[in-house]
Amino acid sequence: MNKSIGNEMYTLRINGQDRAVKDAWVGESLLYVLRERLDLPGAKGACEQGECGSCTVIMDGDAVCSCLVMAATAVGADIVTVEGLIEKDPSMAATAEVIAGQITDVQQAFIEEGGVQCGFCTPGLIVAVHHLLDKNPDPTELEVKESISGNICRCTGYGRIFAAVEAVIQVRKASR
Amino acid sequence: MSTVKQETRLRDVLGISALRPDGVAKVTGAFSFSSDMWAENMLWGATLRSPHPYARILSIDTTASLLISGVSAVITAQDVPGKATYGLISADQPVFASEFVRYMGEPIAAVAADHPETCRRALAAIVVHYEVLTPVVDPELAMLTTTEQIHPDGNLIRHQHILHGDASITSDITVEGNYTIGMQDQAFLGLEAAMAFPDSGGNGVELHIATQWLHEDRGQIAACLKLPVDNVRLVLGGVGGAFGAREDISLQVHCCLLALRTGRPIKMQYSREESFFGHVHRHPAKIWMKHHATKEGKIVKVESRMVFDGGAYTSTSPAVLINGITHTQGPYQCDNAVVDGYAVRTNNPPCGAMRGFGVVQACFAHESQMDKLAVACGLSPVDVRLINAMHTGDKLITGQVMESVAPVERCIRETDAIPMPEPLAADANVLEFPGGSGRTADRHNIVRGVGWGVSMKNLMYSEGFDDYATARCTLTNGIASLKFATAEVGQGFVTLAPQIARSVLGVDDVVLETSDTQIGSAGSTSASRQTWMSGGAVDGACRLVRERLFEHVGKLHNIDPIRLMIEDTDVIDTIGTFRISVAEATQGITLSETFEHHHRKTEDLDANGQGNCHVAFAFVAHRAVVDVDIDLGLVKVVQVATAQDVGRVLNPLSAIGQLEGGIAQGLGLAVMEEIIMDNGRVKNPSFTDYLLPTALDAPNVVAIMIEEPEPQAPLGAKGIGEPPCISVTPAIVAAIRAATGKALSRVPVRPQDICL
Repeated sequence: MNKSIGNEMYTLRINGQDRAVKDAWVGESLLYVLRERLDLPGAKGACEQGECGSCTVIMDGDAVCSCLVMAATAVGADIVTVEGLIEKDPSMAATAEVIAGQITDVQQAFIEEGGVQCGFCTPGLIVAVHHLLDKNPDPTELEVKESISGNICRCTGYGRIFAAVEAVIQVRKASR
Repeated sequence: MSTVKQETRLRDVLGISALRPDGVAKVTGAFSFSSDMWAENMLWGATLRSPHPYARILSIDTTASLLISGVSAVITAQDVPGKATYGLISADQPVFASEFVRYMGEPIAAVAADHPETCRRALAAIVVHYEVLTPVVDPELAMLTTTEQIHPDGNLIRHQHILHGDASITSDITVEGNYTIGMQDQAFLGLEAAMAFPDSGGNGVELHIATQWLHEDRGQIAACLKLPVDNVRLVLGGVGGAFGAREDISLQVHCCLLALRTGRPIKMQYSREESFFGHVHRHPAKIWMKHHATKEGKIVKVESRMVFDGGAYTSTSPAVLINGITHTQGPYQCDNAVVDGYAVRTNNPPCGAMRGFGVVQACFAHESQMDKLAVACGLSPVDVRLINAMHTGDKLITGQVMESVAPVERCIRETDAIPMPEPLAADANVLEFPGGSGRTADRHNIVRGVGWGVSMKNLMYSEGFDDYATARCTLTNGIASLKFATAEVGQGFVTLAPQIARSVLGVDDVVLETSDTQIGSAGSTSASRQTWMSGGAVDGACRLVRERLFEHVGKLHNIDPIRLMIEDTDVIDTIGTFRISVAEATQGITLSETFEHHHRKTEDLDANGQGNCHVAFAFVAHRAVVDVDIDLGLVKVVQVATAQDVGRVLNPLSAIGQLEGGIAQGLGLAVMEEIIMDNGRVKNPSFTDYLLPTALDAPNVVAIMIEEPEPQAPLGAKGIGEPPCISVTPAIVAAIRAATGKALSRVPVRPQDICL
């Protein structure tokens, strides 16, 4: 496929693994390469302008919109997607339910607190919340709101998402 | 934020905050949305759209496009084998424009190619010659017979008159106003996407599609493809939100045509910009309204004229219009009414369904009027609404008797009793100010205001339409499986349906089969109807299976089945001591039943707008508290207090999610969301320029759910999806009026409306 349009070859480091990208068109975004070439559809495309945050991934420790990153320029970067959160830090799987489901405490809280409806914004929000709590383990309510204000959710009105983040903060605080 | 009582979840039956069965898949990124599909040997599809709002197509040349390496097909109107047009109510919208384009973004051709970039180049290589025409964009002008008719069906899509009681009656107090509602977009996150697989040697197709109503889509698609409906199978793709925008056909026919033409799977997905052109929007409307009332503030008569801009094609405009005008009175008693409503065709984008469906527009007008009436009579916003509050048994302006539970007074009183938020602290963080992370507001310019909105919303489809729902329940070895074509769009029917089965059948394990067209229709996921309709169908199918189970157990153990009932997970004899678990009782047998739930019949309106046109109603009150920077015209909605008539709460966590989500969308219409038009051209088709509420814009929502079970509803529960977004908009605008003293007769309220 795609032989008529692209012949770029490069390697990306994603979720701790080197992933070869072949016969790619140079104009492809990181979002496209993740989703269409590397079978990592967790990051979603919803605006192509870095406004909605659905495509959020971690790149060298920063939360970025993968729709705004040209994939071929991400060579050498350490990229973590929603699919790689558990592999990145297995200690986040703190409870029995979390271990059984192979999901993180943030993911568990989003389910339990009703932070998921259609779910399209969810993977991006999960990555954004992990990134926030990695950098700032005890954010204020306003800091939480500001830090996820680049992730648009159209279903929930955010109330249950705030509840999920608050639940994670409290559980982590208690276990420290 | 509101708190949800966290009960111990012993069994996820009705009334419990059961968790989403698709939750793990959605939080890990493993859930398959329709845009996540991939197939061996697939091609990408893409659509060529008109750059003009109105033009005659002189020629279309696809030669150069077909020569591009990697392009497999280019199709236009002449490649549509069946019906050339489609539409929900009137088939007046072309699959591809051939003679005229009637709105900016109308599809003209589609291509299939090996890569999205190849598709883009192929579209760019199609040469279309147009004779650009002057668009008709003002609905008031468009509806005149002297104006150019832009479609063979004419420019007036529908006019409906309502005359109720004494048209000539007047009273001591009159208040009137002209109100404008802007064009809102549903802005679901999951863009339009589908994958079509050709089969049956080119005589059939299977379409995986994010939609609200599989069977309606199938009928329209099959007609355009000239295939028997049985050869067109639809499977629900993962849906990333809908809010009305997926009721109409978008890429369905194009995707199937390309698959049949190329003999290969076709994946299509819109970009955000294309999505703004690819689906209908909320109707912009202009409404004049006049209330006559006694000195004491009791409404005597309402008069109104409503004009809805339907855009280029009919979509659901006739039904949206009827919803608007039949809700002119709002949730208030009113014995006399004269109303005229017009849905008009223009060269603006087609408008159709969006959460609230016509009632949003009417509510902004009637609630603005109620505040004027309060001032004219020296009443508070709360008292004027209480004095006029509707009750069960009241006659509506259509002559229909309000048979639904109508706790309007309770909604208002319980909202009023919710504590007000703390005043903005002198040392408040700038992020709490209007403008949020823009950090532009000045503490000294911030003024607080409070406003009210109350609304009534019809549930289900109206005017004689039998929007039934079908479900099948199969019980074997203690496991129930449920089959229905109901579109899960995020609302949580996939959570509710197993709760129903657990409650009725005493099972814990419930499997959901694929939602597709291999069973009867479920109707649309819209009109706040699936809990009532598909919930009723699942409940009915489960009850039939339970009857069969009792017959089976009764026969085996020599007990009259009428004595048997379900207790937790057992079948028990209500008189004796016999008890057997459902799991054990169903070992080795399979009981399967299908049930169709129909709501009661409704009627068309007559020439005077009289008739029992609606099935049922739900009510809600909203009180908004806002902070306004009166210098910059920025608004922060601090708190929304609400009490909603829900009938019965079936899942508290899902219910609060609907209330908070709807309130955020109503907030969007109040202060930020508008598709801006300039002579038929959309000026802001992107998330950079069309603003949506973010986490910093979200108000603190304090919600009360009023549970007075609805006798008509199969589960006692009313639909709860639409009411939250309806009266919150006028409540927020009323609060801004209170803070600023400005009249503010349009939504969204823009900064310049406040500060200039």
